[in-house]
Amino acid sequence: MASTSALLSSSAAPAVTRLAAADDDAEAYERAHVHGVYEAIAPHFSSTRYKPWPAVAEFLHAQTSGAVGLDVGCGNGKYLGVNPDVFMLGSDRSPALIALARSRTQQQEQESQPEPGASSAKAAPPPPAAAAAATASDVLVADGLSLPFRDRSVDFAVCVAVIHHMSTRPRRQEAIRQLLSCVRAAGNADAGGHVFVMVWALEQGNSRRGWDEGGEQDLLVPWVMKKSQQQQPKKQKQKQHPKKGLLQEGDKSDAPAEASGHTDSSSVFQRYYHLYRKGELEEDVLAAGGAVVTGGYERDNWWVVAANGPPSSSSRPT
Amino acid sequence: MKVLTLNFLTCAVKDCKSSNNSFPLHPKDAELVYDDLEINPQLLVNVLPRVDWVALRTTSTELGFPELPEQPPTVEELESDEKMLQDLHKLLMETQIMEGKLVCGNCGHEYAIREGIANFLLPSHLV
Repeated sequence: MASTSALLSSSAAPAVTRLAAADDDAEAYERAHVHGVYEAIAPHFSSTRYKPWPAVAEFLHAQTSGAVGLDVGCGNGKYLGVNPDVFMLGSDRSPALIALARSRTQQQEQESQPEPGASSAKAAPPPPAAAAAATASDVLVADGLSLPFRDRSVDFAVCVAVIHHMSTRPRRQEAIRQLLSCVRAAGNADAGGHVFVMVWALEQGNSRRGWDEGGEQDLLVPWVMKKSQQQQPKKQKQKQHPKKGLLQEGDKSDAPAEASGHTDSSSVFQRYYHLYRKGELEEDVLAAGGAVVTGGYERDNWWVVAANGPPSSSSRPT
Repeated sequence: MKVLTLNFLTCAVKDCKSSNNSFPLHPKDAELVYDDLEINPQLLVNVLPRVDWVALRTTSTELGFPELPEQPPTVEELESDEKMLQDLHKLLMETQIMEGKLVCGNCGHEYAIREGIANFLLPSHLV
C-alpha cells in the first residue's frame, strides 16, 4: 500500500503537548484535530483504505456463524464484509465516512446496480476481501465514548486505528471500557466475548516515519490532499475554510509537506495521534477492568485481544 | 437501519443505559423500504438466539407489522419451515428504516434517521 505511506510525512511530525486537560477541552481538541479532519478528508481517506490488516481479518474469521459484532470507528466499513457469516454493526464519529460505508455495503448488496451517489467511493480499487456478495451489516453514527449499544448484547467488537485519536489517557481507557461493556462474557468454546483493539505504535523502527522507542508520543500527523484528490471541490471549500483557524496551530509548524514545496493546490490536515509504547495498550485494558487474552505487533501497530475480567486467558487454548 | 440492528441499540445517554425503559428504542414517523438481500439461512438461524425476542415483538408491532408469536421459533421449526425463515429474513435483514426517529423511552431524546443512517451523536448537555 504505497499510497498510504506516501501520504504521510517521511520525517517527524510536530509534537504536541497534551497535558491532563479537562474533558471539555479534550473534546474540543479532538473536534478540531480528529473529527473535523476526517469529515474533510473522508473521500480521499476512504480511497486509500481497502486492505484489511491480517490480524483483524484473522480475528473476524475466528468468529462463529451468527455471531453479532461491532466495528467501532469503522471508517468506510472495510471490515464489515470480511466474514460473511457474522452480522456486523459499524459505527463511526464521522457522518461523511459512515455515508461512504453505507454506500459501500449497499454496493455489495446490490452488486449489479451501483448507486449514482456512490461515485465518491469508486476511486477505490475493488475491495478484495469484501468482493463476495451480500454483507450482513449495518452502520450508524456514534461517538466511541457514548456508544448506543446495549450492555453485553454482542459477541465481539473490533476497534482499529481509533483509540490513538483520543487525546487523554482517561478517555482512551474509557473507550476500551465502553467496548468491553458491549460484549458478552467470554466462553471457552469459541472466540466470542472478545474485543480486538489496534493502535499505532511508537516503536516504528522499520518505517520511514522516524518514530521509535523513547520518542514523543503525542503528535500531529499531516494528511496531505492535493486539489485533484478533493473530489467535491465546492463542498470542500465551504467546509474547510471555517476550520482553517482551528487547524492553523499545526500548520505553522515545519510540516514536511509545506517544506517540500507544496503550493496552495494542496491542503494539509493535521490529525492528532497518541502513539502507544510497548505494553501501554495492555495497561489500558487492565485499567478499563478488562483482561488481556493475547496481543501482538503488526507493521507499526500494537494490537490486543481483551475480554471482560476476571482473567479468562488461562482457560483459552494456545 | 435494519430492524435487527435496533435489537442491539439503546440510548447513548449514560444514565439511560441502566434503565429498562431505554430498550428498545421506539421508532417514530418511520419510512420503511425493503432491500433485496440474499438469504443466509445459517446466519439467520444462529443469530436468533442473540435476539431479544420480547423487544423484537415490540419493535415489529410499533412498525405496523402483524404481531409476532410469543415465543421465538426453534431451530427445528426454522429449518423445516421455509416461509418462516423467509419472513424472518425479510423482517430482520431486508426491512430498513430510511427516515424517521428513534425515541428513548426513558429520557425522551429523539435520534434522527436520515437516508437510512441513524445518528447517535449527543448534544453537549446530554454527554
